[in-house]
Amino acid sequence: MNLKAVSKPIRKKDAMALVTGQPVYMDDMIPGNCLIVKVLRSPHANAVIEDIEFDRALKIPGIEAVYTWKDVPDKRFTMAGQTYPEPSPYDRLILDRHLRYVGDTVAIVAGDTEKAVDQALKLIKVRYRVLEALLDFRVAKDNAILVHPEENWESLCPVGADNKRNLCASQVSGHGDVEKVLSQCDVVVDQTYHTKACQQAMMETFRTYCSIDQYGRLNILSSTQIVFHVRRIISNALGIPKSRIRVAKPRIGGGFGAKQTVVAEIFPAFVTWKTGKPSKMIFTREESQTASSPRHEMEVHVKVGAMKDGRIRAVDLYTLSNTGAYGEHGPTTVGLSGHKSIPLYGLVEAHRFAYDVVYSNIMSAGAYRGYGATQGIFALESAVNELAARLSMDPVKLRMMNMVREGQVMPAYYGETAGSCALNRCMERAGKMIGWDEKYPFQDLGNGKVRSVGVAMAMQGSGISGVDVGSATIKMNEEGYYTLSIGAADMGTGCDTILAQMAAECMECPVENIAVLGADTDSSPYDSGSYASSTTYVTGKAVEKACRKLKDQIVAIGAELLEASLEEVQFEGGGVRRLSDGKLATLQDIGTRSMCGSSQTLTVTESNSSPTSPPPFMVGMVEIELDKDTGHVEIIDYVAVVDCGTVINPNLARVQTEGGLAQGIGMALYENVQYNERGRLYENSLMQYKIPTRLDVGKLRVEFESSYEPTGPFGAKSIGEIVINTPSPALAHAIYNATGKWFRELPITPEKIVMGDKDGKILP
Amino acid sequence: MKIAVTVNGKRIEEDVPCDLLLIDFLRTHGCYSVKRGCETSNCGLCTVMMDGIPVLSCSVLTVRADGCTVETLEGLKEEAAQFGAFIADQGAEQCGFCNPGLIMNAIALFREYPDPDEETIREYLAGNLCRCSGYEGQLRGIQAFLQWRRKGDAKHFQDPSQRDDRGHQASHADSLLYQEGRP
Repeated sequence: MNLKAVSKPIRKKDAMALVTGQPVYMDDMIPGNCLIVKVLRSPHANAVIEDIEFDRALKIPGIEAVYTWKDVPDKRFTMAGQTYPEPSPYDRLILDRHLRYVGDTVAIVAGDTEKAVDQALKLIKVRYRVLEALLDFRVAKDNAILVHPEENWESLCPVGADNKRNLCASQVSGHGDVEKVLSQCDVVVDQTYHTKACQQAMMETFRTYCSIDQYGRLNILSSTQIVFHVRRIISNALGIPKSRIRVAKPRIGGGFGAKQTVVAEIFPAFVTWKTGKPSKMIFTREESQTASSPRHEMEVHVKVGAMKDGRIRAVDLYTLSNTGAYGEHGPTTVGLSGHKSIPLYGLVEAHRFAYDVVYSNIMSAGAYRGYGATQGIFALESAVNELAARLSMDPVKLRMMNMVREGQVMPAYYGETAGSCALNRCMERAGKMIGWDEKYPFQDLGNGKVRSVGVAMAMQGSGISGVDVGSATIKMNEEGYYTLSIGAADMGTGCDTILAQMAAECMECPVENIAVLGADTDSSPYDSGSYASSTTYVTGKAVEKACRKLKDQIVAIGAELLEASLEEVQFEGGGVRRLSDGKLATLQDIGTRSMCGSSQTLTVTESNSSPTSPPPFMVGMVEIELDKDTGHVEIIDYVAVVDCGTVINPNLARVQTEGGLAQGIGMALYENVQYNERGRLYENSLMQYKIPTRLDVGKLRVEFESSYEPTGPFGAKSIGEIVINTPSPALAHAIYNATGKWFRELPITPEKIVMGDKDGKILP
Repeated sequence: MKIAVTVNGKRIEEDVPCDLLLIDFLRTHGCYSVKRGCETSNCGLCTVMMDGIPVLSCSVLTVRADGCTVETLEGLKEEAAQFGAFIADQGAEQCGFCNPGLIMNAIALFREYPDPDEETIREYLAGNLCRCSGYEGQLRGIQAFLQWRRKGDAKHFQDPSQRDDRGHQASHADSLLYQEGRP
């Protein structure tokens, strides 16, 4: 295939605007005189509001309104940005009398200035009936303390949820007789791994602006990945028709899944709908750290059985997931911990995957890049590394023997066959890049420092099969340039650009000739939104389909202009050519013709949904230098080789990978989330919650080993999420190779390396 | 308190509250490039130049800027575009929210250390957090910019149409190179 726009490292369409600091984000483009919205947050992890008094707050000059649980509809909804019917339970009210975590919303205050609102917040007097809190998710199931005792709690989908048991979801699946196969295995690794509720920590916190337009409709401008889901959720929450709501997004300052939940939108929407006045809410970093939508904390119990020769025969995996106070993304994230880890091992004869997702009185979790796969892959890949140690086998050789190959039916992956898989090539290339054979397992430098290496594999999906919808509208204008409207949300990843590259490839024109219009529920075609690694694969295919049809329409008008039949002409980038004599009807001619006495449109909308979700694959290998005295881990070299199918834009795919690796390194080594005995979160700022700086990431080297995915646009699969999945298991492995200790709880801090885990135990 | 401050070459005299932070003052005066990413002086997004020195405008009271010259990216557009083009050529701008702070501090770096090595770059910019890029693309962009500038100093220029080995159209950086490199 001779590609002209696809597979080229072109600049993002908005790049120069971003590097020159243009005012393109929400808070840069709204009127300055809108109401400021803030919320009063609960100081208790579990409490009921007995009484709330705010007369004095209302008397502060400039205060517009104070709202409490008495003012909101008594109809529960979920804030999870998912396709209806949402698997996440309807367990929220805009304001609830029952407060379920430190940070839960007690009251909404709106006023003219931030100062007035801050002052008013301090003058609200609340009498709480403090209840015993459920803070340990390991004892949450069937605990006497119920996080959601209310009768109007509702679960729309059969996910095994039961609020009277603190269960947000529960399920068992599998194939074969896992007990029997495990009993026949020579070696069974049986261990439990624990990952924390890491924060996405995108640089732009949650924020939303609302106003009422000239038609009396609620207009929402929000930093969101999911405009269409926001519309439905606001409709559910406020109890107003969707037809009265319009949602659009500007440039977004990072998302990583955080903005796949309606975290900020509800409050200003409620204020503006009640007052008729424009309002905005901007989360502080502290609120973003303590009252948002982080990763689900998970404890994953893995049993991996293998024969002495290294053949892995069975995987038994149980995940306990902590959804916190509310169930956003609870029933779905957990599924990936098994369904996106077990399929890495294609020869498994039997597997079982069971899970419970439980409520507890801590901050509610949500969607974060990797979405459960990250947690499951840390567990399974660590277990396989432990298996290699038990078998005294090189973990790379063990994987080469067992990894899923192209054409195999993937276990635990809904019966899907790996139609494109270059995992073996990824492993070989990564090994060569890092010098695995020379460096494995470690080298003592003799100065108190040890150099060692670690390895892990990863996968993800490409969209949610049978659910996600991607759409594109492409229109030809009179000068022969195109407008591409999408409902997918570019959150910095560059999807506006890569979709334009695909359109340019189809229309045989320069990428500059494609203008892209971002997501707006009134003007964009329906798209589920940018999450679940769906945009390149699902929406990309919609772009391809729309372009194909538009070409037909252009050809029809061109043939008419050339007084030829459809068979006698041919589309080419600049227009339509009559084959007999080479005469060209230019796009300009055709565009102009379409605007005078024409009944033929030059606009096409196409939607796409995929029955499959082909996984991208990758291998990560890391070399570290570990200081035996201080426990400090320095990353010397991180090598990642990715199979995301055809790489649509090598620059953007590379930076996606490097960024995902850096986040994964933070998760593995220092991003921690801890609560005190009263349920208050310690890491409430970027000072306590340490994300990697450029001094911490070491050297990241990324290469691509492309397979060709027959169902994807130009052979492409996804890239956005998979890239966060290898650092935790690869680093835990390297640290084992340096110290001889397995660390099964993240983050693996220098303190733990030197002093053992939190109980002072050094793990064997 | 009444202050006089020069913002991007324009003198502003204003009565400001004593607790007004410089970041908020600048944003109300149209300097929207100045971003807030935290409340604890950790992220570097709000970096501006005060009398030529990079400061975190979230941690400076506006009254402290009395009599000072303040520059934001709005006042350094050409410099920002010139260097930013190299970040853009790596796709390392990503969400863009941290870019203004990074680019302000990078400009400060290039003024203080005209030809910094990798370690100096990493250390000087360590306070500029980025959650998207993993920093490697930014580093590549910075090094490409420095290389271009070195060539510029040596007056070794080529026609960009001759040197486009990256399979895409001559970029902004290339066209700048072309304009400035002409003998």
